Amino acid sequence: MNETPVVTKGDGATAAATSTPVSERADLRPENIRDAVIRLAGNSQDGIQTAGAFLARLAGRSDHDVMTYMTIPATISGGPSIFQVRIGSGEVLSAGDEADFLVAFYQHSYQDHLDFLREGGVLLYDSDNVEPNLDDKRFVYVGVPITGLTVEALGGTAKDKGKNIFVLGLIAKIFNLDDDKLKKLISEKFAGKDQSIVNTALMAFQAGYAYPVGNVLTKHYRFEHFPKTSGRAQITMDGNQALAYGLIAAGVRYGAGYPITPWSSIMETLRRELPKYGGIFVQAEDELGAVSLALGFSYSGYLAVTGSAGPGISLKAEAIGWASMAEIPLIVCNIQRGGPSTGLPTNVEQSDLHQAIFGSHGDSPRVVLAAASVEDCFYIAIEAARIARKYSTPVFILSDTSLATRIEAFDEPDLSKLMVDPKPDLTPREGGFKPYDLERITQHIPPGTRILDGKYPLIGGLEHDEMGHPTGSPKLHMAMTAKRRNKLRKLAEEIPVPEVFGDQEGDTLLVGWGSTYGPIHDAVKMGREHGEKIGAIHLRHVHPLPNGLEKIFANFERVVTVEMNDQGLYGFGQLATILRARYCEPKIQSVTKTDGLTFRVKEILQGVFPGKFVSVRGYSPNRPVSGNGEQDVDVARAESIEQGVG
Amino acid sequence: MSMLPAPSLSNKELVNDDVDLMSETTPTTSPVAAGNRQSGSDSPAIAEPPREKLTKKAITADLPTWCPGCGDFAVLAAFYKVIEKRQLEHEKIVTLAGIGCSSRFPYFVNGHGAHYIHGRAVPLASGISLARPDLHVFLFGGDGDGFSIGGNHLDHGARKNINMTYFIMDNFVYGLTKKQTSPTSPIGFKQDRPHGRNRSAGESDEKIDRRRGDLHRAHSRRKVNHMISDRARVRSSGLQRHRMLERMRDFPRRVRSGQSEEGRQLRSIQEKKWDNTPEDELRHDVTDELAAHKLASLPFPGVFGVFYETDRPSKNALEKKWIETTREKTGGASDLELLKKTFDRMK
Ligand SMILES: Cc1ncc(C[n+]2csc(CCOP(=O)(O)OP(=O)(O)O)c2C)c(N)n1
Ligand code: SF4
Ligand SMILES: [Mg+2]
Repeated sequence: MNETPVVTKGDGATAAATSTPVSERADLRPENIRDAVIRLAGNSQDGIQTAGAFLARLAGRSDHDVMTYMTIPATISGGPSIFQVRIGSGEVLSAGDEADFLVAFYQHSYQDHLDFLREGGVLLYDSDNVEPNLDDKRFVYVGVPITGLTVEALGGTAKDKGKNIFVLGLIAKIFNLDDDKLKKLISEKFAGKDQSIVNTALMAFQAGYAYPVGNVLTKHYRFEHFPKTSGRAQITMDGNQALAYGLIAAGVRYGAGYPITPWSSIMETLRRELPKYGGIFVQAEDELGAVSLALGFSYSGYLAVTGSAGPGISLKAEAIGWASMAEIPLIVCNIQRGGPSTGLPTNVEQSDLHQAIFGSHGDSPRVVLAAASVEDCFYIAIEAARIARKYSTPVFILSDTSLATRIEAFDEPDLSKLMVDPKPDLTPREGGFKPYDLERITQHIPPGTRILDGKYPLIGGLEHDEMGHPTGSPKLHMAMTAKRRNKLRKLAEEIPVPEVFGDQEGDTLLVGWGSTYGPIHDAVKMGREHGEKIGAIHLRHVHPLPNGLEKIFANFERVVTVEMNDQGLYGFGQLATILRARYCEPKIQSVTKTDGLTFRVKEILQGVFPGKFVSVRGYSPNRPVSGNGEQDVDVARAESIEQGVG
Repeated sequence: MSMLPAPSLSNKELVNDDVDLMSETTPTTSPVAAGNRQSGSDSPAIAEPPREKLTKKAITADLPTWCPGCGDFAVLAAFYKVIEKRQLEHEKIVTLAGIGCSSRFPYFVNGHGAHYIHGRAVPLASGISLARPDLHVFLFGGDGDGFSIGGNHLDHGARKNINMTYFIMDNFVYGLTKKQTSPTSPIGFKQDRPHGRNRSAGESDEKIDRRRGDLHRAHSRRKVNHMISDRARVRSSGLQRHRMLERMRDFPRRVRSGQSEEGRQLRSIQEKKWDNTPEDELRHDVTDELAAHKLASLPFPGVFGVFYETDRPSKNALEKKWIETTREKTGGASDLELLKKTFDRMK
């Protein structure tokens, strides 16, 4: 397994931060590698997402671990965008701090992304469009007239469409990828369209593959092969797909939503898929309508889903409070993006945690789960549905832009064990049924259920007695408030305590939630390599918290949450604020940032250990841990902002 | 709903799929339950006692909390009669409402039901109606709930034509919050407190077009019988909108006289009988959108009866059709097989 996030070459040399003189690079040779980060930088209309996705799927099919990262321009018509693929022979957790291989389609791609190329890395550029500074001796330059050769290969009418597939061919050659498998993937992808499109794509691929790249680069790379031990096939998809299919496995057959980035693709997948399973997904007139439709589905006996990003979740808040009060199960997905307001629609942020936990008026307890990876998006949906049904409660699933859009390969889930039957239970009930029995956890009884004493339940948002009748009784309001809260305390008892990764005791415990799982784990590995006593836990159940965290905290000098949100007025990230309230531990601190980009491994380490881990180029290490007295405003890196736009 | 299949089918064919409240109830299972799953349950079966006739007593719940003389009572009384007359299965009746005096309605009906939030009950009812074609979905609310805060949902619920029966109890005022102006308050309407803007009567009067649901208008004092009669079409194909004009107990004098409620004869809409008589020429064709618009814009209090009725396919029918066509393509594969197949394509 690759122990560091930087590329370890077969000869054991760590490539990062070593400037190899060009003269030594002249004799490049075949090389086994475990892991490579390839960044494609161009414009979105060039189809670099498509090329990147081919690489990701090929890696999945070849039993490699893979993770992708992309930026999407906010406009429809295109604009600069990147797709980054990290392929590894071991466990790949983060998309990589630096690129080993940068493909620049344009001058702006070259300029914007050169800082992300590690020293000694390869710049593959379209020599028809890019003029690199060849005097900069830190990199290996491979110029290929990509545009011209693509037009040549495909004939005049196709223009330069197909550059992406041409580059795919080049990469396949350089990394010794299985070209037969890639051609098969290409054929599959374009199958169903005009056969001539498949042929054109294959021609472009072949042209790239056949390019005598040996003239400019005499080394090709070969990924070491470690057969997977699980014995299960790998499937490759993005986080939103994993979430949608997880919901289907969980027996969710109905839902409603309204389009918003980055939630929309879940809606579109469910709208297409659910009718196959006999279900319905409605695109509603707005988010208030969507959550209400979903509550109607749930009330009728079919646990339903609604979702959005921050702006839409804000609109749903009143209805989610109703679900808490009326005790109706519901799944609410928040695919977070940068906020507040319209914010940064295509960037990542984890700033809706407090909204998820508290976002309604009154005391309105609900459950909040957060997916840690693309694979976890699938399983968290199943867990959310289980909890929603068992505790008759709204359950939030928090994901974010980075999970939504990135592609990962993971073991095919064991569906025969996981599939849940969605059918509501309409068995007639004996008399004396109380919808809000104070002695037990509410179980919603759907309409159509005959109640044999003829007394039917009316559920609602007014405070009620056990039969659902409105009441203003202070005693009953206290009892019912406690009932709604205590069922979540009951849930906390059954949540597993997270495993500690890395050191089980020592100086620093990192605590994460959501998509920061990969970089946090890589940070622990790297920190330990550098002699730090550091461990990490990752919370999938964020609210309620599992019991027993205090025992883990007791084993560390300090506890530092790592969050993509602001340190707020009082100096702590949103999770840290909750943990401090819960455990009253001054040693709980946080590393936060709001640059709209995923954490890089070294960013975490530099935040946790100020003054150390300063070797990454282009990154200002002066980011202290917040909450230790230094109320430094997080200044987003100018360079990151540029990259975010790109 | 861009993905909805174009309604190439004849409306008739689709509408026939709907359950008709007028006829005896045909128990229908949900699309999901009707899919590849066996019906039945893990819970121990309870022997079902035979059904007794559904009486007013059986469907009466809490004593209404409305002010004595409130127009809502008349609607409740009429609703009890509808239920008695139709003899629906008790557990299949669902009453729903938003927030307002009138929206307290479900508490006074003994049946499955939910009291939701202000203005959003149309989509709530839509979810129930779409997932459970075996249920009879009745929705109640006020003019504030339906025309103001919930106006958007009313438009779209009607456009989508989702099976439900919606009674809007229009008292021209926000009753529960103590008489602020509502979208239907007439010009010159003065609230007790605080003073607010006046709106022209009829500004948001029945706007009828093909995209909206059927519309029936009744007066709580005199014309509620429409609701009970067969011609009122209390059935469950598409969205049935019934606007009940009514008065608040202590409605300000000026407004009350403006309504000319006492003394003056309220006029009913004469519907076409299609009997080829000269009189029939003058009668109202309920499928004529323009004529319905004209009737709806008559000065207050206007006319009462059925304005407009269409046989557009309901969303329930369209979704059902789509599910059937889709499932046909999948060859009736089980859920497990379907998802496995999808994952195979992602390998
Ligand atoms: C979101 C929200 N805004 C405001 C209110 C306060 N409110 C309750 S009922 C109501 C108006 C009710 O008027 P209408 O729907 O005409 O019902 P009526 O009482 O006249 O029958 C208002 C504004 C609320 N409950 N929720
Ligand atoms: S306030 Fe008006 S609407 Fe409300 S119950 Fe009294 S009379 Fe009826
Ligand atoms: Mg009113």
